[in-house]
Amino acid sequence: MKKALVSFAAAAAVLSLGTMGAMAQDPTKVCAIYVGPIGDYGYSYQHHQGMLDVKEHFGDKVEISYLENVAEGPDAERALERLARSGCKIVFATSFGFMDPTNKVAARFPDVKFEHATGYKREHENVSTYNSKFHEGRYVQGVIAGKMSEKGVAGYIASFPIPEVIMGINAFMLGAQSVNPDFKVKIVWANTWIDPAKEADAAKALIDQGVDIITQHTDSTAPLQVAAERGIKGFGQASDMIKFAPETQLTSIVDDWGPYYIERVQAVIDGSWKQSDVWGGMKEGHVVMAPYTNMPDDVKKLAEETEAKIKSGEFNPFTGPISKQDGSEWLKEGEVAEDSEVLQMNFYIKGIDDKIPN
Amino acid sequence: MRIELVKRPQHSALFSALSPFIALALTLVAGAIMFALLGKNPVQALYLYFIDPLREVWSLHELAIKAAPLILIGVGLSVCFLSNNWNIGAEGQFIVGAIIGSILPVLFPEFQSWIVLPIMLLLGIVGGAAYGSIPALLKVRFNTNEILTSLMLVYVAQLFLDWLVRGPWRNPEGFNFPQTRSFHEFAILPELLPASGRANWGFAFAIIAAIVLWFLLSKTLKGFEIKVLGQSPRAGRFAGFSNARMVFFAFLVSGGLAGLAGISEVSGAIGHLQPSISPGYGFTAIIVAFLGRLNPLGIVAAGLVLALSYLGGEAAQISLGVSDKVARAFQGMLLFFVLASDTLIHYRIRLVGRQAAPAAEAPHGNA
Amino acid sequence: MGMLESILLTIATAATPLLIAAIGELVVERSGVLNLGVEGMMIMGAVTGFGVALTTGSPWLGVFAAILVGAVFSLLFGFLTLTLVTNQVATGLALTLLGLGISGMAGEAFVGQPGLRLARLDIPGLSDLPVVGRLLFGQDPIFYISIALTAAVAYFLFRTRAGLTLRSVGDNHTSAHALGIKVIAIRYMAVMFGGACAGLAGAYLSLVYTPQWVENMTAGRGWIALALVVFASWRPWRVLAGAYLFGGVSIGQLHAQAFGVGIPSQLLSSLPYLATVVVLVIISRNRRLTMVNTPASLGRPFVPDR
Repeated sequence: MKKALVSFAAAAAVLSLGTMGAMAQDPTKVCAIYVGPIGDYGYSYQHHQGMLDVKEHFGDKVEISYLENVAEGPDAERALERLARSGCKIVFATSFGFMDPTNKVAARFPDVKFEHATGYKREHENVSTYNSKFHEGRYVQGVIAGKMSEKGVAGYIASFPIPEVIMGINAFMLGAQSVNPDFKVKIVWANTWIDPAKEADAAKALIDQGVDIITQHTDSTAPLQVAAERGIKGFGQASDMIKFAPETQLTSIVDDWGPYYIERVQAVIDGSWKQSDVWGGMKEGHVVMAPYTNMPDDVKKLAEETEAKIKSGEFNPFTGPISKQDGSEWLKEGEVAEDSEVLQMNFYIKGIDDKIPN
Repeated sequence: MRIELVKRPQHSALFSALSPFIALALTLVAGAIMFALLGKNPVQALYLYFIDPLREVWSLHELAIKAAPLILIGVGLSVCFLSNNWNIGAEGQFIVGAIIGSILPVLFPEFQSWIVLPIMLLLGIVGGAAYGSIPALLKVRFNTNEILTSLMLVYVAQLFLDWLVRGPWRNPEGFNFPQTRSFHEFAILPELLPASGRANWGFAFAIIAAIVLWFLLSKTLKGFEIKVLGQSPRAGRFAGFSNARMVFFAFLVSGGLAGLAGISEVSGAIGHLQPSISPGYGFTAIIVAFLGRLNPLGIVAAGLVLALSYLGGEAAQISLGVSDKVARAFQGMLLFFVLASDTLIHYRIRLVGRQAAPAAEAPHGNA
Repeated sequence: MGMLESILLTIATAATPLLIAAIGELVVERSGVLNLGVEGMMIMGAVTGFGVALTTGSPWLGVFAAILVGAVFSLLFGFLTLTLVTNQVATGLALTLLGLGISGMAGEAFVGQPGLRLARLDIPGLSDLPVVGRLLFGQDPIFYISIALTAAVAYFLFRTRAGLTLRSVGDNHTSAHALGIKVIAIRYMAVMFGGACAGLAGAYLSLVYTPQWVENMTAGRGWIALALVVFASWRPWRVLAGAYLFGGVSIGQLHAQAFGVGIPSQLLSSLPYLATVVVLVIISRNRRLTMVNTPASLGRPFVPDR
């Protein structure tokens, strides 16, 4: 038994040395950690699609490796360290909760580049941060909702009260108010990013309370399916969900991380990678709208025009005059909100009756 | 053909020692088949699983970090399970311990002194024990089943933590993200051997707790009381033991240790409070407790083995590209083999032929 | 469809998977076996139901396959705990780990695929009745199965000889064995019934509730089902009451939010759990009733002495 074990270990050692030797020369190792399973068909799924885009773009020049379902905390630090030690040249840490672990590990591996999504700490030269302006897409959705809703009330299924979600709700409302000043929104916090059954329940509750259009900042396709069943319209989230509700989805905000990942990996290959803080939107191709469907031509035209204006940089959803919920002035006529202010948004704009649960 | 168990007159010391190795052998064989079916090199896969994580010092540190909460909670639970108290809410006690233990660095960050850390640890224990005492109180006072109450309180604790870090305890300089302020240096649990890795004193607490509880369970009257009341409350009453007091004792010990694990995790490994601080340690520790045969020293070994299976799973994912699901299925399989091998300690296994069975039944009776 | 009717329908949908899984586990526990693997068996049912329905085009085939896979999967637990007398708690938890892993592997191809929905019943005329029409006559078939299952299990356990036998095995396996009852065989059957029910509950999620496959889509509902069995002090109709109470409070809190009550959502979300605890505290004060219903051999291993 013991002898067998020893020879087994020896064989394995030879084997692993062999693979390491082969690895040393060629492809650039590109790595990622995801907070959820890549099978969530939502947030982590989309990040993984971005990684697959990298593989497709570079082919044999890169090798991708990832860890999914990584808990935020010591597990993340270990996962990042292991990836760094396994020869990764660049590591994408794709969830906010990975912020401190990313910076800690980055300190120990100055030659590895770290990219942290949705956070704000860049404590070392080899840490960059990136995020996408999903609220730009939500503004467009708001415009469509304002036009399409007969009752002028939308249902909004939200996940957690963090700035990203709150800025999304505000942008949606600003879009809706731009075509219907009396527009209302009912908000339900699901306290989860993904739980299809609970999201479906939330959608049903909202519809029962009289909303006739549904939008969501949770990941599953369930709310859209409920909308289809009840004969109202809705919006997709994270990916194009038209397959799930062909006669219901108006459009969807597609998280397209591919272009950014390809750009950053290229920079590593070229040796030109530098620390940055990128907040890309429609202009950069990070936020893509799924085709506008199930709406009259005039609404479609308005949506496309709005999208075009945001894309060209001509229009920013957070442009004054905008008042806060309590009626106090936030932005003066023509004033555009600072990115830094939007990124930590923690208040509702006027016209939203809900209270932020924190 | 069917399998029949024959009880050994006394439990086998040989198989007690041998069973982990039998389990390992079975896991290696089954694992090799599974990885071969998935088109991966089985030798390499198993090497990555069981040896690679033990090869480097940093990785050993990580093993200690991962195992510490599992052991700490697991040894506490052993007292519960031995005394027949079904505490499956250690996850909640872990969370509340972390919350109460964090009061000082979060609410009074200016108070910086060496005394902060001891107070934090103490509050962590108190918090976990207090939360554990709720199911105990309901069980003793209202006869409420503790399986339900302790489990439901897990969800309540998770939501409470969520509310705290998004609301009143949110870091004022944190751009409204859901985290408390980072703990100051006096509130951080020190590393054991800072030069070689980041394992902290949490692991030392786990080992100390295991030794203390081992002594308590096997060398003291209290240990005897725990086991008697667990096996037969009636017999315990005749011996003059109080079942109600035992319920509180068991929940306070396991809750307190879960709370200590919680504050150690937050103060040692995370450095602040955030919405999710545990990937289900309180539940995994239940497996660890039984895997260690409810013996505190066995639980230390079980905690290390389970931690190794997490680390090995990650190594296999990175190097072989097998998915996280394969790692989890493999973990389930490993547990099955370990549990099944333990059967050999108490029983001999006989294969009985189908036709022979009825005739063979009588003569083999050993009652 | 009126608002009240619609809310009741939503509650029925939320309660049905909990009820089915809990009824199955109730029979398992009444036979003296504690299977904490409900979540794992449920997720296996969900992925099987979805996959078979998608590939064959028949949701009913999906349902049957899910029931079958649930039962077969539970056999693994049965073999370990009943034949090899491993610890039931640990084995059940390991079964959950295994189920989550295998379902994730098996479901990789189904991610992002719209699934099939099990058609709901529609009795012309009756299902158009106000308030109760859809509720009583226009729901999905599995809803009716869940009610029938509750009635059948209640009848079986307390009105038939076989039910009495099963309960006696759970109450005192040693005396049951002395009376010549095949303890292990009965427990195998109970465990498989529990697995089949969990499989059906999983299929309900992926074919009726939300026709889609997402990893971990059971999201802890197996655990709630386990708690409901205890909540019901092992009585079938109380399981039904518990499932509808839990479902009702869960849906109620969403309505409260949509209505805008201004209470933190985390507090509202914790209401179903707190409500279950409070109600159980109230009903379990009757010590005698609880004693009578608790299977005394629950979780204890049994090896026939010959």
